Amino acid sequence: MDKVELDREFAELYRSHLRDVYSYSYYRVGNHHDAEDLTEQAFLQAYRHFERARRESNGRPLRPWLIRIAHNLAANFYRDRSRKPQTSLDDAGILPATHDTEDLVEGREELEEVLAGVARLPGDRREALIMRFALGMDNREIARALGRSEGATKVLIHRAIRQLEHGIQKAASE
Amino acid sequence: MSEVERLLREALTPVEPPEGMTDRLERTLTETRDAAVEELTDWELHSMRDPRNWARPIGAAAVLATAAAGLVVVRMRQRQRGRKAHRLGGVERSVRDAAGDVRRRLPR
Repeated sequence: MDKVELDREFAELYRSHLRDVYSYSYYRVGNHHDAEDLTEQAFLQAYRHFERARRESNGRPLRPWLIRIAHNLAANFYRDRSRKPQTSLDDAGILPATHDTEDLVEGREELEEVLAGVARLPGDRREALIMRFALGMDNREIARALGRSEGATKVLIHRAIRQLEHGIQKAASE
Repeated sequence: MSEVERLLREALTPVEPPEGMTDRLERTLTETRDAAVEELTDWELHSMRDPRNWARPIGAAAVLATAAAGLVVVRMRQRQRGRKAHRLGGVERSVRDAAGDVRRRLPR
């Protein structure tokens, strides 16, 4: 495949999945500024490896691959931040309590509770829920993005929902 | 679908990228691509100063020589057999195309 055709395909991929990568980044980092940075980095990295990814995908959709890139970049983002002295190590990988994402559900107390509950989940469970509900990915896609088996992903999502349910019930009873 | 799942669907809605981000990102990607092409061209020119990088063009020259020899053989056979030129025209064109291709790959 020539370079022009490859670039055309990449532009198509970019237009189709910009919102997915941006949404994922936004729910991971919690603000537009960093989400924009992360999205840009994710697409630049994807562009560099697009030819190989396309070849190795055997015709499968490339969305999980893109989200995996964003996922790894978000992990690096928190790792780098945790190394900075002004940031507590406890904050690494955890969405801040007062979070921009809550602006999305302003005035809806129950939804704010859900978002706070999601933020308290362990990293892999939280990320799986973002992929499932914000991006609408199915188990197979999430499995590919997280580098797990489909069965393990199904269990992960099930446990994440159960844990969230218990967390919300506990918070309501306190 | 459980109540929590319904709430999750409502709470975790897709987030639209800010206006102007698409254009900005497309510009960055175009610049990255152009820079990569430029870098590659520079690298090729620079690398030719180092004899260790001559293997590829020498290899290409060998292919070119083989292609040229093939062309001579084809022409000789053409004459010997007295066949009409147009019957081997296709073969000759192919060899000439291959030689042209190799010539293009050689550094100027």
